[in-house]
Amino acid sequence: MNPMRRTAKGRILAACARHHLVVTLPIASPEVARTDPPLGAMTVERLIRELDRLLAPERLLTNAAALATFESDGLTAFKARPSAVVLAQTQDDVVRTVQLCYEHDVPFVARGSGTSLSGGSLPIPGGIVIALNRLDRVVSLDPPARLCVVEPGVLNAQVSRIAAPHGLYYAPDPSSGAVCTIGGNVAFNSGGAHCLKYGMTANHVLGLKVVLPDGEMTELGSDGLESVGPDLTGFFVGSEGLFGIALEVTLRLLPKVETYGTVMAAYRSLAEAGDAVARIVADGLLPGAMEIMDRLAMDAAEAAVHAGYPADAEGLLIVELEGPREEVAAEHPRLMQLIEASGAYSVRVADDEVERATIWKGRKGAFSAVGRLSPEYLVQDGVVPRGRLGEALERIGELGRHYGLRIANVFHAGDGNLHPLILFDSTRGELGRAEELAGEILRMCIAMGGSITGEHGVGMEKRAYLREQFHEADMDVMTRVRDAIDTKQLANRGKMLQVVASAAPGSVAS
Amino acid sequence: MTPSAAVAAVAAVDAVRDAVVAGPFVHVAGGATKGALADSATLTTSSLVGVLEYDPLEFTFTALAGTPVREVDALLARHGQYLPFDPPWAEAGATLGGTVASGLSGPGRFRYGGVRDFLLGVRFVSGDGAVVTGGGKVVKNAAGFDFPKLMVGSLGRFGVLVEVTFKVFPRPRAHATLEFTVDGLRAGVEALHALATASLELACLEYDPPGRLLVRVAGSAEGLAGRLERVRAKQGGACTAHHDQDDAALWRSEREFEWVPAGYALAKVALSPTSVLEFDGELARQGLFGPRRYGVGGNVGYVTCADERERRALDGVLRTLGRAGLALTSSWDAPLLGVHRGGAFQERIRSVLDPGGTFALRAGGVVDAA
Repeated sequence: MNPMRRTAKGRILAACARHHLVVTLPIASPEVARTDPPLGAMTVERLIRELDRLLAPERLLTNAAALATFESDGLTAFKARPSAVVLAQTQDDVVRTVQLCYEHDVPFVARGSGTSLSGGSLPIPGGIVIALNRLDRVVSLDPPARLCVVEPGVLNAQVSRIAAPHGLYYAPDPSSGAVCTIGGNVAFNSGGAHCLKYGMTANHVLGLKVVLPDGEMTELGSDGLESVGPDLTGFFVGSEGLFGIALEVTLRLLPKVETYGTVMAAYRSLAEAGDAVARIVADGLLPGAMEIMDRLAMDAAEAAVHAGYPADAEGLLIVELEGPREEVAAEHPRLMQLIEASGAYSVRVADDEVERATIWKGRKGAFSAVGRLSPEYLVQDGVVPRGRLGEALERIGELGRHYGLRIANVFHAGDGNLHPLILFDSTRGELGRAEELAGEILRMCIAMGGSITGEHGVGMEKRAYLREQFHEADMDVMTRVRDAIDTKQLANRGKMLQVVASAAPGSVAS
Repeated sequence: MTPSAAVAAVAAVDAVRDAVVAGPFVHVAGGATKGALADSATLTTSSLVGVLEYDPLEFTFTALAGTPVREVDALLARHGQYLPFDPPWAEAGATLGGTVASGLSGPGRFRYGGVRDFLLGVRFVSGDGAVVTGGGKVVKNAAGFDFPKLMVGSLGRFGVLVEVTFKVFPRPRAHATLEFTVDGLRAGVEALHALATASLELACLEYDPPGRLLVRVAGSAEGLAGRLERVRAKQGGACTAHHDQDDAALWRSEREFEWVPAGYALAKVALSPTSVLEFDGELARQGLFGPRRYGVGGNVGYVTCADERERRALDGVLRTLGRAGLALTSSWDAPLLGVHRGGAFQERIRSVLDPGGTFALRAGGVVDAA
């Protein structure tokens, strides 16, 4: 993923990839560009003057060089220049900025570390970016209740670090966990490798304090696992910033996993690896993670981190049992039998934490490692029913051959979440073909009854495809709900739902 | 599902839509097992019964909302699977839709999560008669707004559920329960904290104050004895073990709330495990001494009330402590008790999904100004 750089204060900001361009599918439909209403320069200037009065000078960035850092996120194919960036230090900074944006009809986007792969934190051209990295207090930690309340700028991995002394951890583990923020995870309902057993971010967020798009504040959810009344917390999570900004997030912690049983199995074909997953599921095992990589993905990982993946395998399966030691000990022989029966020609069992980490290192680093094989690539994220994984992979292979592009496959096999990485070289005019190919893969996911995104979100990237996954009536309800929550369509305008000019009365400057 | 059943299902959904459009008020009951939530019902989902899709290898099924939980339980059991959150009142006839709308999960919620964590997709009829689909039919999905979550605990205020898709898990091969005796409330709550934070992967953790603590372990038969021994060592003190049929009967009884005395009204209270002592103390101060449970490791309270004075007193306790409660059985002034958050957000959503107030509840419950 993006190379990260540390600022003098030790804060982590995402920078654009330098040695290679990492992009996901940019679907910049001309129709969309036409209907995104322009912002009035006068209005924005008035807003900036008020922000300037509100904030210390170093909290408000308006010069071109400073703004350039914020022009893009993990989806670097898109760039947009905001009018200003507010480096929020307190919750009040955020609330007052949102209120002012509302008063002046200027759209805003909240941003954490900017690791979104769907363009979710891309600035709205001429709008305001509210950067939340500095809003990173741990509000409370209640180990006996297995709860932690954090501000949105706290890093995903940081939650597990602060919980660790109490024998607890935070389960959602997106590959970018070392740098991505909880606020971003909440906005995009981030996933990771352990979703089948533990669910996504929404399943681990119990309560929220939020500022709605007009500056009104509200609290949702509860301070425990159970709540009463509609699950408004769950509804807010994954709304991609369209419902407002989370200021405090109540997270559910879990007791640390006592024992892992990590097994890596090599297959002569990708289909056999897929078949092994079906056998494991049919047997009634529930591993914490089941990941598959194809030859090209293994090549990339090997070149980058030397994980020791077999050089002649066509499919690599990583299965991880986890739980109390007695349970893992009981399940391990069952798993080994299933893997042997599935035709694995080489099996490695991690004997200690070092070996386990080595096996995972290649998998976790696979996306960025692909940069070694190709100057540019698209990261895709789609879901198919698990039983159709084999069929989906075969189809992806055919599409790759048809379009004359190489595709590396890394996926969460346990939950049917595909991550095809499409390799291309734009200097050879391949970008358009790569985008078309990515679009075909998304359509395949829809046709198979799956989803256009398992964990990266719709963002900028897939908004045209959301309309293909959902019926018009469903899209209409989503749009009307957004309009009721955000009457001026200011919060992350243009993401997930396309902007319709006539439906945004306050959005065009007078 | 046969073609004729599919036609019947379409007709049943149409009938729901007609009822919603006809209005003026629509209150839905499924199995009517939560009497306090069903007593003003104008519409039942008894014609919305049947499993539409189930592929055990996908760990998902889709069913019409009026399908009884026990029918689904039986179907899943035949394939070695289950709904891990133990939907309450399954034997009594609770439906999938009623379980979602009431937002209720049973003791098994402790290990893997509750109804909110296993509901993947919904179809519902909104207040203007539109049939809306939200979520999906695959176990992982981040596309669009999460309407399934919104429906959990909604008490039908945003629409009538007609179809639900759930994630399911493989059923553990063996179960056993240790029943400990603890020395009063403080010791009981401390035991909840200690056991909940240990890496024991307990299936259920329920406290029956003042002196009875139930700890269930589930998993492979081979690992069970060792795990039980560790629970025993961790907790210490006297305990009785329940195995096999004995264990199953115990949890069936918990799930059906058989401990609630005849004539008592039952309510659910959302708690934090570290608020249980304060809550129980406040109950005592208000003279509420009826049987109660602190379930799911102390994340939920189930409180019984003998009469109207006690029901009002419970509502008062919840208002004092700023907590939310839900009336479940018997008759109450209003289903929502105590203080509820998120009014501003909820109202905006309701204005779209139920513009005419077709699904409005009886008054009750203070909406927090926040």
